[in-house]
Amino acid sequence: MKVYRADLHTHTVLSPCGDLEMSPVNIVRKAKERGIDILGITDHNSTLHAPLIKKLAEKEGIMVLMGAEVTTREEVHCLCFFDSEQYLADFQSYLERYLPNIPNDTQHFGYQVMVNEKDEIISEIKNLLISGLKQGINDIEKKVHQLKGLFIPAHINKMQNSVISQLGFLPPDLIVDALEISRHITKRDFLEKNNYLSAYTFIQSSDAHYIDNIGDVVSDFHMKELTFVEVRKALKGLDNRFVAIS
Amino acid sequence: MKVKDLVDQLDLKVCSGNAGLDREIVGGYTSDLLSDVMGNANENQVWLTLQTHKNIMAIASLKDLAAIILVKGYQPEEDTAIQSNEEGIPILSSKEESFELTGKIYELIKG
Repeated sequence: MKVYRADLHTHTVLSPCGDLEMSPVNIVRKAKERGIDILGITDHNSTLHAPLIKKLAEKEGIMVLMGAEVTTREEVHCLCFFDSEQYLADFQSYLERYLPNIPNDTQHFGYQVMVNEKDEIISEIKNLLISGLKQGINDIEKKVHQLKGLFIPAHINKMQNSVISQLGFLPPDLIVDALEISRHITKRDFLEKNNYLSAYTFIQSSDAHYIDNIGDVVSDFHMKELTFVEVRKALKGLDNRFVAIS
Repeated sequence: MKVKDLVDQLDLKVCSGNAGLDREIVGGYTSDLLSDVMGNANENQVWLTLQTHKNIMAIASLKDLAAIILVKGYQPEEDTAIQSNEEGIPILSSKEESFELTGKIYELIKG
């Protein structure tokens, strides 16, 4: 069994709040420098930058989990990951269907641009990506699992946009593959107040919006090799695979 | 004042939980963050929100609220309505927005 360092929550320049330096090339370079083995690409309500980053990262031996940080109707942030570009594209269509038609105001929220591997801007997304989708958290969870993806409520300890802030507690019928806590708390401190969640797998990630924060916080995946199947096993704690956070 | 008096006076739609229409109302709370409601709402209050997830019923039950009023014409999700019927805590729906409706309910209860 090997230990792989995973930072599963990072934003690119496509997220309005993502710094302009967060281009695919820069992100991969920094992930390499920080010794990241598994990188999650999770822009707000968009998966569009993930395939290029996966392509660039593979050359460096870094596995990319392609996905998005979805805002549900309840304004809960959830990380969603997919194994294949086909499933990712299906999910992208779903996001576009349910994203409200509210234009981005770049002055207030920042730019939402796609960048190619030469760091050139190739397109700008018009609708504000941080709006809540017109779909509830349970609907989105079902869609993600239909597409054989992973569903992980993000930074659940936070007082904004977390399942706990928005819905009071984790709905018991929601099927989650793990729970993420932010860098501001330890798992032990979190569980002291939320003991009912102690049976879940936890991850901790950087939620980087600036290049220097990539890899600031990692989760250790104990598993055999860098594949989606192994990641799923580690999250489920199957066959001696597991995820550890400090 | 009872829940059914509010229904009559504010032309609210009863979505579910009819068994609780005779509950007495002592006040209200307006918020869309369930963590906030859990910490700050009190028993026998009506709760105004735009959240429709089933968790609103768990909070209403936990805090022993008199009723939930959904604003802007929102309807409860199916499993939310089922739980409302089981618990006998009514879910009502109003076409108005939180600001106006809160003001009207405040006036009614105060008077």
